[in-house]
Amino acid sequence: MFRIDRRLIQNFDWITFATIICIALIGIMSIFSATRSPAESVQSPLFMKQVIWLFIGLAGLAVVMSFDYIWLSRISIPLFTMGVILLVIVLFAGKTGMGAQRWLSLGPVVFQPSEFFKLIFIIMVAHYLAYLRGPIDMSMMLRLFFVFVFFPFILLFKQPDLGTAVVIMVIFFSMLLSRGLHRRVIVLLVLLGIVSLPFVGNIMWTGLKDYQKNRLIAFLDPEADPSGIGYHINQSKVAIGSGEFLGKGFLKGTQGPFRFLPERHTEFIFSVFAEEWGFVGSAFLMSLYLLLIMRGLDTARKAKDEFGRMLALGITFMFCVYFFVNVGMTLGIMPVVGIPLPFMSYGGTALLSNFISAGVLINIRTRRFTLFY
Amino acid sequence: MLTEKTHPEKIILISYIIVVGFLILLMRLWQLQILQGEEYRKIAESNRLRIIGVPAPRGIIFDRNGIPLVKNAPYFCASLIPGEFNAASVPSLARVLNMPEEELARKIQKKGLSPFSPVRVKEGLSFKEVSFIEARRSDFPGLIMEIEVSRDYIYGGTGAHVVGYLGKLSPGQSKDPEFRDVPPEAFIGQWGIEKLYDKKLRGIAGQRMIEVDALGRELRLIKENPPVKGEDLSLSIDIALQNEAEKAFDGRTGALVALQPDTGEILGLVSSPSFNPNMFATGISNADWASLSQDKKLPMLNRAVQSQYPPGSTFKIVMAIAALEEGVLNDSTTVDCRGGISYGKWSFGCWRKTGHNTVSLHRALVESCDVYFYEAGKRLGIDRIHDYATRFGLGMETGIQLAAEKKGLIPNSRWKMEAKKSPWYLGETFVNSIGQGYVSTTPLQMAVMMSAVSSGGNIFKPLILKDSKPELIKNAGVKPGTLDIVKDYLRGVVNEPGGTGWIAKSAVTTIGGKTGTAQVVGIRRDSKFLAEQFRDHAWFVAFAPVEKPEIAMAVLVEHGGHGGSAAAPIAKKAIEAYMLSAEKKKELLNVQN
Repeated sequence: MFRIDRRLIQNFDWITFATIICIALIGIMSIFSATRSPAESVQSPLFMKQVIWLFIGLAGLAVVMSFDYIWLSRISIPLFTMGVILLVIVLFAGKTGMGAQRWLSLGPVVFQPSEFFKLIFIIMVAHYLAYLRGPIDMSMMLRLFFVFVFFPFILLFKQPDLGTAVVIMVIFFSMLLSRGLHRRVIVLLVLLGIVSLPFVGNIMWTGLKDYQKNRLIAFLDPEADPSGIGYHINQSKVAIGSGEFLGKGFLKGTQGPFRFLPERHTEFIFSVFAEEWGFVGSAFLMSLYLLLIMRGLDTARKAKDEFGRMLALGITFMFCVYFFVNVGMTLGIMPVVGIPLPFMSYGGTALLSNFISAGVLINIRTRRFTLFY
Repeated sequence: MLTEKTHPEKIILISYIIVVGFLILLMRLWQLQILQGEEYRKIAESNRLRIIGVPAPRGIIFDRNGIPLVKNAPYFCASLIPGEFNAASVPSLARVLNMPEEELARKIQKKGLSPFSPVRVKEGLSFKEVSFIEARRSDFPGLIMEIEVSRDYIYGGTGAHVVGYLGKLSPGQSKDPEFRDVPPEAFIGQWGIEKLYDKKLRGIAGQRMIEVDALGRELRLIKENPPVKGEDLSLSIDIALQNEAEKAFDGRTGALVALQPDTGEILGLVSSPSFNPNMFATGISNADWASLSQDKKLPMLNRAVQSQYPPGSTFKIVMAIAALEEGVLNDSTTVDCRGGISYGKWSFGCWRKTGHNTVSLHRALVESCDVYFYEAGKRLGIDRIHDYATRFGLGMETGIQLAAEKKGLIPNSRWKMEAKKSPWYLGETFVNSIGQGYVSTTPLQMAVMMSAVSSGGNIFKPLILKDSKPELIKNAGVKPGTLDIVKDYLRGVVNEPGGTGWIAKSAVTTIGGKTGTAQVVGIRRDSKFLAEQFRDHAWFVAFAPVEKPEIAMAVLVEHGGHGGSAAAPIAKKAIEAYMLSAEKKKELLNVQN
């Protein structure tokens, strides 16, 4: 199973691979620029860490490539169980940072189980949907929801990692929709959504932490208080807007390194890039993401089986949601929910998890011919 | 849609939806970067760039011998940029700045200011406070330290009425176009020379354009427009003379003006008590200001030019000149003094009740015989007295620019008619002939008169800058011979036996002068038995050396008693200090520092 097949190289998805490497390198470059110290010549070590994580990510990708993705279907149930257990452990023994409890220490390594949980969750849902026959009716949908979504959602919400919690919900429904739902179920879901919105909104609102509430208020009216909660969004718009057509040039941006822009190397890395590379650079970067997503959808279309199709769709949806919410946030057209930009934002666990996810995508495409062995 | 498997068409539909979302992002990007790009670039620049005013060092003020009277001193202020400051840290910042929370909150909440223009929250910080705050500055984004130029007045209150002090622009001044280029928080001259020559001393403030990070820390200097130092000024004041004179006053109220007879330059100008201009230089506190402005001794009043007193017997100099010039008497005319004269039902006494017996003009001046001058006044008449007093600059403004001066009053019969609606009486002539009654003068006027007598009758405008072009206002128009006679008699006042000014006799130089004891109330009684506020004012006008006068002065001690005992010693000390060599003067001053 670990031998390298000639066809494995021949059919390897070089386009997806090249795209993510490209984005990751742009990301490292932007982290370097964002965290450079404007006064002293001493450079922040963050970008070097990200370089190391890039190599770890490549290793992870290679490992995922080495076996047929069908194996993921076979181990999906123990994998999912383990993922939920990790989330429970994080809740009780996790490290706290920035008002949230998301990190888990394993010796010297600190990682965020929720980053891996997304992929595990997609594998689990894809596995189950692949074995379902016929359109999904109401009772089936509810069963699926309670078995796969409900508990992880509660656990993530409690951390709190609102971003990931909402993302798995969105991925879940997107996957169900793509798989096919009874029209009645769709209508019912829409109606239910509209009716329950105020109640859910209220419950969610009271359950939110102060910083999360502030972010939502700021989204609705960023100009209300330029130094307060709307500050992030305004400074991000200033950074992006001031890049104009061609940008200020590499290492010429001021909003990030001078710390006007908060979370400059994580959530707002796109703003740092857009300031220095302008409309031309930003449009190019966004096109890379569009290419990654389109390629993922194409992989889903060409997958040899229903599991591969659902898995590819799930992973692509994940990238898609992250990309739109993050970039939309930096552009001031989405609320600040604090989710990173895949392959770009600083963060080791996220980079590794994204490379592994992309590895699964490449795996599905590379092994798209039924008669592989 | 009710399919079992995921159809390729459905995936194509999904990709259309994604492309639409992508185009929305791209349009938004276009809107921010292309349509509004310029606007955002400006905001980014104003985020990053800060223009800081660099105060210009003020010109230094020197005395006539090149001794500096002031130093420039840094004045530290803490300012906040409200747009960068987190309002939640008001209580902790108030603790660091050691000021009430409410006051800090109120200062930050000033409306109508750009959130990125700094607001002064505390001023006049000591070095200790500055280092304390500086160490904690990183906890408070938006907190910056600013430096203004203030003054350190080396000799404190000495010469304070001449040098003046600095203060903040008043609300009225900030609208004045003269101060258009002055930063709103800067210090400008508000008194004395500092005010009069503020424009010269001020210099031109510079600017530094710096790059800052979000915490307001300076990262890089982009552009610098260095300040231009203000012009230095050399005063005509001799600080050694000034210092000795002020010491000699020893807290008594009064004034001294010393002039250079040939130029009109002011060598010394004392108004006692003085104030400490350093109190203003560090931003005067309300309590300090209240105690200064409510002090019964009025330290803020420049008595040398703004207070008028009856000149007493010093007026006899004018009387003697007038009598000689008009020929109503000559230097051999004698009068028999029996301790007073009677006129109708009134009697006019001489200060010496036993009388001076037979006195000539010479002895009448030396011993200050009142009866002699009653006779001189009677022969002259008030209008001729008025003419001569006016010729010597009395009863009119001298033209000094330092402070709003008083005119004094020299009466004549017309004035009496206009002001009092009654004719002039001879009795009033007697009283005015010895410098009492309606006649009043400022110490500066008396110094100008003394100066003119000692230098051939030239009346110069009093000047405060060294080596200014002398401005001759007029000449008294009397014969040099007359002045020589009077000068010789004034030498006698100090140097001859029985002279009232004998205390001023100096081993250093020949001083000539005239004492004066101006009545405050109409009771002739020995001052020792009167409460201080009813005691006589003591005058002494002097010039030296008699042979070739280099200095002329007037000294007044309010309620000082006899001119000979209270005012003459001050004049002597001031003249002797002036006569010292430049090295000796510096030595004298260094000892005190």
